[in-house]
Amino acid sequence: MTTLLEIAALGKRFGGFTALQDIDLEVMEGERLGLIGPNGSGKSTLVNCICGTLRHDMGSVRFAGRPLDGLTAHERTRSGLARSFQLPRPFASLTLAENLRIPILYAVNARGDGALSGPDIERRCLDLLAEVGLAEKAQRLPRDLTQIEMRKLELARAMAAQPRLLFADEVMAGLSHAEVDEIIALLFRLNRQGVTVIMIEHIMRAVMELSQRLVVLVAGRKIADGAPKEVVRDAEVVRAYLGE
Amino acid sequence: MVSLADKQQAGAAPALGGIPFLLVLIVIAAGIFAFGRWLNISYAFFAGYVVLQYIVLGTAWNILGGYTGYVNFGITAFFAIGAYSSVFLYKIAPSLPLPLMVVVGGVLAGLVGLGMGYLTLRLRGVFFSIATLALAVVVQTLITNWDFVGGARGAYVLRPRVAPLIGGDYVQYLFLVMLGLCVVVLATARAIERSGLGYGFAAIRDDEGAAEASGVPTLKLKLIATVLSGGFMGMAGAPLPYYVTYLDPASGFSLNYAVNAIAMPLIGGTSSWLGPVVGAVLVGGLQEYIRVTISSAANVLVAGGLMVAFVIAAPEGIVGLFRRKR
Repeated sequence: MTTLLEIAALGKRFGGFTALQDIDLEVMEGERLGLIGPNGSGKSTLVNCICGTLRHDMGSVRFAGRPLDGLTAHERTRSGLARSFQLPRPFASLTLAENLRIPILYAVNARGDGALSGPDIERRCLDLLAEVGLAEKAQRLPRDLTQIEMRKLELARAMAAQPRLLFADEVMAGLSHAEVDEIIALLFRLNRQGVTVIMIEHIMRAVMELSQRLVVLVAGRKIADGAPKEVVRDAEVVRAYLGE
Repeated sequence: MVSLADKQQAGAAPALGGIPFLLVLIVIAAGIFAFGRWLNISYAFFAGYVVLQYIVLGTAWNILGGYTGYVNFGITAFFAIGAYSSVFLYKIAPSLPLPLMVVVGGVLAGLVGLGMGYLTLRLRGVFFSIATLALAVVVQTLITNWDFVGGARGAYVLRPRVAPLIGGDYVQYLFLVMLGLCVVVLATARAIERSGLGYGFAAIRDDEGAAEASGVPTLKLKLIATVLSGGFMGMAGAPLPYYVTYLDPASGFSLNYAVNAIAMPLIGGTSSWLGPVVGAVLVGGLQEYIRVTISSAANVLVAGGLMVAFVIAAPEGIVGLFRRKR
């Protein structure tokens, strides 16, 4: 296995507040990684720094052997990173199918290899919506969706970019037991197709089931990195979650 | 499960491709012009020119304001750059054909659009709008202090008595040029809507961060929008000196242009190329009617009143009212 994502000594400050400090992380191609931590520990900031939504202040990020530093968010998406947003941010004036059309037009087709055209794009949008169980609503607008369906749309839109590495940022929050299972199955399926998955999640059942490796962030620092079962027993991790 | 074919049938009515649409536009334009010639009333051309000018101006504004959601208040800057480039060209080469002046005005205004976009598109929402307002003030100050194009005194443009190529009154020629410009602008606007560019613009309007995350090069697309929008506004302004024959900053930078160019797309509907057309014909026609029958000052009231009414009662404009709910 080769290293897909390589983060070295990453740091991010907001004014005087240190959001991330000295983060080192390597993710292998095809891996399923869980990223957990209490609220405000810097998980989403880390994703934002990797995906280019925020600029990091220190350290470096390499993806597929290429440095990402200085690239804009859309260039990173085109290079094979995709993310869902923790709070769903659908394109409100476009139908669900059109929402997925954007990354197909601007990420997949921009890569040049195997550009899709007209009817293929439409078919792919509907297939993706079917995968997350939204096929019936393909021609509806996002405002007709429930919060849960919006999360599924977020995930489908990230998948539509055909990423090599997918960040699933709390896609399961608020979902029922059965729906969590559905999303887990979906992420497994994607992973089997070769997509590396980094999952940020508070639902420990899902994290434990999906992750091959678990990374814990607390107050902007990485405090644990290893096999899930060992990490959750780690004294420092327990202290971070439960207190002294 | 509903099949793909069913979905497509349930969608919009069968739509024309780009070239057939262009041909239909040309036929309609030719029909309008032939009807005008048959009527042979100078005033009809005179009033029609204003409506056509607002179709171009409203559509141009809509490319940036409606499609990408960046509200530009600096309409008069672009419009007057077009108008004053014609004054400049008239002073140095009076025999230059008008369509060429339109192209020059469009290119200049487009370049200013590029510069403005590059400097201001990092600003979002209302901050962008204020920056564009500042641009209008800056350009007006420059023109007012530039003696060669008339400065604050204004400039006279003597237009030929007889229209070139088509004969008849010169205002017919102006009308025809503006009609041709309408065809170009509307065909462009519709082509954008139906292309990947249109989807990219819509993504920017809805959520710029999510658009970036989906691979949309937002800065580049916004620059395309400002160049097209600014360029078309400049083109709309280029024939103005010939229409009014006397142009001074007060009339070239009149607030009416800015108010109407925003009000017409909002009233007609910003989501489709048809919106600014409907808005311009309705509001422009009504204003002209009121100007003649009631008072020349009341026409601004019409745009203002209608804009308020539509923002409250029909935020998606007239086109939005007729569009089937999805």
